[in-house]
Amino acid sequence: MSTIQITCKNVSLGYEATTVVRDLNFIVSEGDYLCILGENGSGKSTLVKALLGLKSQQSGEITFGNSIGKNEIGYLPQQTIVQRDFPASVREIVQSGCMNRCGLRPFYNQEEKKLASDMMEKLQITHLARRCYRELSGGQQQRVLLARALCAARKMLLLDEPVTGLDPKATLEMYELIARLNREDQITIIMVSHDMQAAVKYASHILHIGGKQLFFGEKEAYLNSKVGKAFLEASDAGGDST
Amino acid sequence: MKETGLNLWDTLVYYFQYPFVQYAMIVGLLIALCSSLLGVTLVLKRFSFIGDGLSHVAFGAMAVAGVLGVSNDMTIVLPVTVISAILLLRTGQNTKIKGDAAVAMISVGALAIGYLLMNLFSKSANISGDVCSTLFGSTSILTLTKPEVWLCVIMALIVIAVFLLFYHKIFAITFDENFANATGVKANAYNLLIAVITALIIVLAMNLVGSLLISALIIFPALSAMRVFRSFRSVILCSAVISVICAASGIILSILFSTPVGSTIVAADILVFFIFCIISSVTTGGKKA
Repeated sequence: MSTIQITCKNVSLGYEATTVVRDLNFIVSEGDYLCILGENGSGKSTLVKALLGLKSQQSGEITFGNSIGKNEIGYLPQQTIVQRDFPASVREIVQSGCMNRCGLRPFYNQEEKKLASDMMEKLQITHLARRCYRELSGGQQQRVLLARALCAARKMLLLDEPVTGLDPKATLEMYELIARLNREDQITIIMVSHDMQAAVKYASHILHIGGKQLFFGEKEAYLNSKVGKAFLEASDAGGDST
Repeated sequence: MKETGLNLWDTLVYYFQYPFVQYAMIVGLLIALCSSLLGVTLVLKRFSFIGDGLSHVAFGAMAVAGVLGVSNDMTIVLPVTVISAILLLRTGQNTKIKGDAAVAMISVGALAIGYLLMNLFSKSANISGDVCSTLFGSTSILTLTKPEVWLCVIMALIVIAVFLLFYHKIFAITFDENFANATGVKANAYNLLIAVITALIIVLAMNLVGSLLISALIIFPALSAMRVFRSFRSVILCSAVISVICAASGIILSILFSTPVGSTIVAADILVFFIFCIISSVTTGGKKA
């Protein structure tokens, strides 16, 4: 019933001679909440780049369904140092998400400005529109970037470690917000994370990678799998990293 | 007191009758405007030193042009600087440290080779005078010919036009290159564009402030504006206004008191920076209290 948006078939990724991760086989369907788990260096960020079309695969095939164009994935990147002291108002940043709709037109039209306003309304940051980005709290900043991502694409969001550096309350709010977008707006979510607890709580599907594909399937199946049990135990024993 | 004030005004009017003073004013203001527009982006992208590096390359290229006896320096200086700008911004993207080192290496290298060549082959009797004016731009702004003025005006207009047309794209790639790339904006192409217009501005600005002081023209207005203003647009506008006012007052003061043009302008920029620092600490302090 639900349409397939992304298909990865025997995909290997890497840099020049070295392969970081190989034999990836998974599908993402409309309305899914896929969580990509893995240790540092397991190839998560490489996979993100490949899905965004910033990097071509060494072998295999990544195909996008009819409903999703190549640049129609809303991306929430990890924060960079540059952004920490960047003088920009919230509205300017959210509007920059409409960039891919402009083409060569140098300015935003009414429709794009309205889209930006709507997205700010949706994420309850309208009252911050004139505030400076660097003065906001971590949680508010992530909402701004999420609104920007929603301006770029309405059907799929790719979130790269969205709760890094947030305090527990903001972390919970962020997860709830993402879950609401998934549930109420049918937006497909792909989240890269190493937060096992959150993955288990919110995701519908799990992709666990570490050099190769260790697991792909529904969450329930993952919890009963060998990989899943081992990882869950390890993350419990390691204490709550957030 | 009134007497001296009147005298200063008379002196100013007297000097502004000469075309070379008018040229200096026009070119100076345009260069200040262009460099401040781009300065905000360069500072935010952590490329503050690129101005310094490139201006030294331009210095080296100028020395080579002098040795080869090329009548118009620009034919060598402009392409060399543009190519170096492209190379420097390229390496800067991959790894930060490598980019830093590359800038430092190229800039001091070009400076040393340029000075060496000037010393070995120069026909001029006053080498240190030549070097000093290239480094600090002491007189070249006042010796511009009409074609040079036109060249400056045209290049400045190109820079301003490019900046206005691509303002939103420049904002997007400055704020978040990864996101821009992911949504299909060709960030590398725009980085290239920024590199090229940076090089253009630097070659132009060498006339005004000389190669050692160009960085000041690029970074001070941007840093001052960033102290007080909180949106990208207001920072850009404020930085442009600061830069133009400082350039104008610097040129006027240097005429009145016969000080070197470049360093007077930079001194004005520094003064404004401190004023803005104080404004910033007063306003934020007021909020907290």
